[in-house]
Amino acid sequence: MKARVTITLKSGVLDPQGKAIEGALTGLGFSGVEDVRQGKYIELDLAETDREQAEQTVKAMCDRLLANTVIENYRIDIA
Amino acid sequence: MRAAVVVFPGINRDRDMVRALEQVTGTKPYTVWHTDTEIPPVDLIVLPGGFSYGDYLRCGAIAARSPVMGEIARQAARGVPVLGICNGFQILTETGLLPGVLMRNAGLRFACRKVRLSIENNHTFLTRRMSPGAVVTCPVAHGEGNYFADPETLARLEGEGQVVFRYAKHTNPNGSINDIAGIVNASGNVVGMMPHPENMIEPLHGSSDCRVLFEGLAA
Repeated sequence: MKARVTITLKSGVLDPQGKAIEGALTGLGFSGVEDVRQGKYIELDLAETDREQAEQTVKAMCDRLLANTVIENYRIDIA
Repeated sequence: MRAAVVVFPGINRDRDMVRALEQVTGTKPYTVWHTDTEIPPVDLIVLPGGFSYGDYLRCGAIAARSPVMGEIARQAARGVPVLGICNGFQILTETGLLPGVLMRNAGLRFACRKVRLSIENNHTFLTRRMSPGAVVTCPVAHGEGNYFADPETLARLEGEGQVVFRYAKHTNPNGSINDIAGIVNASGNVVGMMPHPENMIEPLHGSSDCRVLFEGLAA
């Protein structure tokens, strides 16, 4: 199974990289960009075939390593 | 005073720390490898600065899950003083031994300069030779030193006197909340700081302002 993990900064947490991207986009002439938030995307190939089990395992991976839940949220998509 | 300096792959300030400790305390510290699961009885454990695992995933995240950290957590729980400098501070927050997180510098630039640090708490094993409010010059060298904690954690840190070092006015190099440069845990034996006092202890460094911190360790 493939697991796709999207990690984003919680709202309210300053994202200086997002701000820099926003500035650069505006500099390129793209108007109307009101906010940019940068995150991470992680793809995992799993031997697990049970969807629920896979989701549980990836959730544990997120809590223990992949995300820092002080500042980040994560979303798991299993396919 | 015998210390242990922990070395992770990608750490590069370990030798500076070993030298500083040996110079001030007169005893050469042990160096401990990240795969070790036991640390000999010591009076202090130091996690030095550098770029463990190339800062992959998040700075300090992978080192925080290495085998030696279990032993450090056990020793910390027994009251052994633990000091994390720069990447060491990031590792301590990633393990949960210290609250909060160190984020990318607000200005996005790597900050490599001298700052003025004010001593906010002089009751820690590191600052006990200082007077409260004293200011020392200390170098910083980091891209991710922007301390952040949720409002409740921050209120607790401020209320309980757990902020140990603050960047003096107008010298905050990274946008750190409340100008926080270093903190201590609730039990008072785990200290993390972004600046590098080990690089300001002898005339060759341009100043020995931070030597007094190491003298506190030796006491």
